[in-house]
Amino acid sequence: MGKVIVVTSGKGGVGKTTSTAALGAALAQRNEKVVVVDFDVGLRNLDLVMGAERRVVYDMVNVIQGDAKLPQALIRDKRLETLFLLAASQTRDKDSLTPEGVERIIGELKKYFDWIICDSPAGIERGATLAMRHADMAVVVTNPEVSSVRDSDRIIGMLDSKTLKAENGERMEKHLLLTRYDANRAERGDMLKVEDVLDILSIPLLGIIPESMDVLKASNVGAPVTLADARSAPAMAYFDAARRLAGETVPIVIPGEKRGLLGKIFGRKAA
Amino acid sequence: MSIFGLFRRTSSAPMARERLQVLLAHERASIGSDLVAILREEILAVIAKHVQVDADRVQVTMDRDEHVSILEIEVEIPLPNAMKAA
Repeated sequence: MGKVIVVTSGKGGVGKTTSTAALGAALAQRNEKVVVVDFDVGLRNLDLVMGAERRVVYDMVNVIQGDAKLPQALIRDKRLETLFLLAASQTRDKDSLTPEGVERIIGELKKYFDWIICDSPAGIERGATLAMRHADMAVVVTNPEVSSVRDSDRIIGMLDSKTLKAENGERMEKHLLLTRYDANRAERGDMLKVEDVLDILSIPLLGIIPESMDVLKASNVGAPVTLADARSAPAMAYFDAARRLAGETVPIVIPGEKRGLLGKIFGRKAA
Repeated sequence: MSIFGLFRRTSSAPMARERLQVLLAHERASIGSDLVAILREEILAVIAKHVQVDADRVQVTMDRDEHVSILEIEVEIPLPNAMKAA
């Protein structure tokens, strides 16, 4: 049976879709069967970040409404054999995503895939609650910034109360993915440090993704950053995070912290 | 700003941390207001099984302190009609 992960944050624009794509591609490169599922009805973007926007024929709502079978709606990645995408619908009717429909789809996906990664929409409405409903594990994407930390705290509360696991009295496993981190700014005291965010949210750390141009470059060309440039700093951080998701013990390194004297001088000028 | 001010860095992150800690402590406590609503409904249902009560005459309040929380329930039970007539 596959493992269901929700990638969530409450706040928009912190990197949920980027992280879903990057983690999905990283896990698929380990030869595990992965499906990334977009729950953002009306504002789908995972297809675009994955570079599959022109190949979407059927989406999740089509499957729920019986207009298409699940295998017809699954889009296989052109680069990775074991990576699939289930797109969200672009309909304006948010109610088209029904709890029963989502339950059926997740149940079926669990039979065929090792990992089902659900990309949650921002906010705390229907789409977000449905995305987390069936999760076995949550990745809480947070930026080192006050509004993102506050919203993550709210989402953690929902993960502990509104999910099936919580309702069955089980503990929901939650992991913090700190994105857009700038070690130099944190060192200077201008950005919350990793320890600050961990202290406040008190959930274990899955990884630290450095602020980087490579993330934008990857989305420009329609590739998860772990495929576009596997040796870039954010890609390496996502690979480590994926290994931790898979249960490996990988020591945490703060990306970009070790800088020589020259790096420090130029790093400051650039910031 | 004095000339020394140019060299003294005032960092903003500690302030962010402190503000968040205060805010979230408050917000986490007030999430309990959902609990009060649930309690109110369930307590009302139990009482209504045995005596007729007016839903508006049930007060449930929760006071949270640093060390203890106090749950106060106040139910107004109307006099039975028979007694009223007498």
